[in-house]
Amino acid sequence: MTTTQIDPNPTTAHLTAEDVENLGRELDAIREQIIASRGERDAAYIRKVIDGQRKLELGSRAVLLFSLFPPAWFVGTVGLSISKIVENMEIGHNVMHGQWDWMRDSKIHSTTWEWDNASPAEMWKHSHNEVHHTYTNVRGKDHDLGYGIMRVDENQKWVPFYLAQPLWNFINACVFEYGIAAYDLQIGKYLKGRTDKADFQARAKRVLAKIRKQAARDYLLHPLLSGPSALPTLTANLTANLVRNLWTHSVIMCGHFPEGVQTFEKHSIDGETRGEWYLRQMLGSANISGSRLLHFMSGNLSFQIEHHLFPDLPSNRYQEIAPKIQDVFQRYGLTYTTGSLPRQVGSAWKTVFKLSLPNDFTVTDLLRRRRRPAAAAVERPVLKAA
Amino acid sequence: MTTTAPRPTTVGALRARVIKFAERVTTPLVPADYLDVIDPLRSSADLRGRIVAIHPETRDAVSVVIKPGRGWRGHTPGQYVRIGVDVDGVRQWRAYSLTSTTGQDTIAVTVKAIPDGKVSNHLVRRATVGTIVQLDQAAGEFTLGEQAPPKILFLTAGSGVTPVMGMLRNMTDTGSDVVVVHSAPTADDVIFGGELRLLARQGRIRLVEKHTDVDGMLDVSTLQHLVDDLADRQTWACGPAGMLDALESRWAAEGMADRLHTERFRPTIITAGDGGDVTFSKSGTVVEATGAETLLDAGEAAGVLMPSGCRMGVCFGCVVPLRQGAVRDLRTGDLTTAAPGDNVQIQTCVSAAAGPCDIDL
Repeated sequence: MTTTQIDPNPTTAHLTAEDVENLGRELDAIREQIIASRGERDAAYIRKVIDGQRKLELGSRAVLLFSLFPPAWFVGTVGLSISKIVENMEIGHNVMHGQWDWMRDSKIHSTTWEWDNASPAEMWKHSHNEVHHTYTNVRGKDHDLGYGIMRVDENQKWVPFYLAQPLWNFINACVFEYGIAAYDLQIGKYLKGRTDKADFQARAKRVLAKIRKQAARDYLLHPLLSGPSALPTLTANLTANLVRNLWTHSVIMCGHFPEGVQTFEKHSIDGETRGEWYLRQMLGSANISGSRLLHFMSGNLSFQIEHHLFPDLPSNRYQEIAPKIQDVFQRYGLTYTTGSLPRQVGSAWKTVFKLSLPNDFTVTDLLRRRRRPAAAAVERPVLKAA
Repeated sequence: MTTTAPRPTTVGALRARVIKFAERVTTPLVPADYLDVIDPLRSSADLRGRIVAIHPETRDAVSVVIKPGRGWRGHTPGQYVRIGVDVDGVRQWRAYSLTSTTGQDTIAVTVKAIPDGKVSNHLVRRATVGTIVQLDQAAGEFTLGEQAPPKILFLTAGSGVTPVMGMLRNMTDTGSDVVVVHSAPTADDVIFGGELRLLARQGRIRLVEKHTDVDGMLDVSTLQHLVDDLADRQTWACGPAGMLDALESRWAAEGMADRLHTERFRPTIITAGDGGDVTFSKSGTVVEATGAETLLDAGEAAGVLMPSGCRMGVCFGCVVPLRQGAVRDLRTGDLTTAAPGDNVQIQTCVSAAAGPCDIDL
């Protein structure tokens, strides 16, 4: 093959091996420019966000001490939901990626950070940073492709369990933090008898200890501190966790599940070059377009493509490099997959519904088969870079 | 809480319980993370300070006055303090001599901008009042001891005068006979020039100023022409390595090494190691380090969170266990080796890899 190690792929067939390496060099240059210009402004940004989030959390929890009064319940719940979302996404996810390690501040460092989430930082960093970001969208290697409970790519083998996957996805969305914890623990692998029992039990113990602490804080101690407002505080904390779960699940689903995102065969990455790795990240991720507020509340994962190209660049800089990345996509004739939040969430859910049935049996597939030639081009819900 | 009682007192137990409860309420963070948002200088916080004034001393030196947090335990004149300053967003730790009088609610360090000095140039030219800096407790052995000796010689060059100024400012009533021999490029470059000359006019010290642009470098072998009773004096010296080396060999040759106290500002690099792969086992980072590169520099360049301080082998702020392997001390060329389980404590700022080594970071 003259093109790349990636699947024989119509979207990259026009690129020669040299093109791909040039693309890699261009992306390296963009990365270098950001690294060279990291500085005081960025440090001030993350400190301001952390400071603001902690004040918002303190304020919201203080207001919830009086949550017997409905307005206090409402204000406190909204505040706590926002605080938890920011803590998980713009702060936790990004700090644990090592995006802020360059500051050499031991309090804002990937090796010391722990987040307000059921999954312990250590395990999350392994399954997310090491596995998902290295093997992005490689079938059989990147377990983020459907989290082991869903089929989100036609090339994944169908089993009857997937019939109910819209339900699994909805349940997972509601309890997403526990879903992540179970996933990071690799429960599925253990049930299939492919992990060492003692090792699994030791890790399970750590997860349970963290879950216990987290639950005790939100569902026992803070309600108790609220005295007569105990019950409303409990429901407020439950609601905030639910809101955080639904929001993070939706944003994360938009990263790799929408239509137009490609997956790769296991052996396609054997001997993969830096350029090919970049290319895989470009084809395997999707963005969400929207306002600055949306980008902030999604922890800048709305710039999923930029994030996957450069997982350790400070999140506040993704927006700045996005136009340059779009320009690279355009010049190399690649599709920059993006869309509004409702559109991308809808697209991801559509994938979940569609692939709950085997490829041969879906109505859309039948329809598509009938009008095959045009369909492939129309199907992809993307905005081509301007 | 008490530290002497054999079992916890009721108050101690109660306090421990309250802390435990507070930790559960704030998990996964600790209460301090939230308290830092409100009061970063409180007594139980990690030690920090706020810059309250910056006074120019010469064209390239300033005194930075810092109000330390309530956890500050004071200092002995002549000691230094490690300061963590964010330069271009990156936290850098350096050690500076304290030059303030003791017993105030502020401390001061005096910093001279050195060429390419990241932190010194930042503090001299860009730092602003109000900035929070990270602090460590004062440390260092370069002090007068319990009782100031009756006859003292302070021998300093350049910014080496700073720890001495810290001592002079605090010796108002010791009645010691003090000679200060100080060398600087020109009269204008003498840090604390005005104050030293005033002390001399008041008869509290005898000041011998030498300016290298007219007098040349201070010649240790002819020191007796400047101070005729050298042997009778306890000498405290601080300045460039060359000067200190010359002093140490002369004092040793004359059998009075015990009367000389020195403070070094820069390491003297003698031997390069052999280099090798350095594994930072906790962070899972492996770097190939040359024999001339310190483990501290190699680790920082690879993004490992390295503790650091003076970066010259003095303050021991960078000490970490060497799990196994060999490192060479860049000052002496000495080899330190560790077998698995040894966990030998090494100073990363003056050690280079001498073969593969495994650091517990």
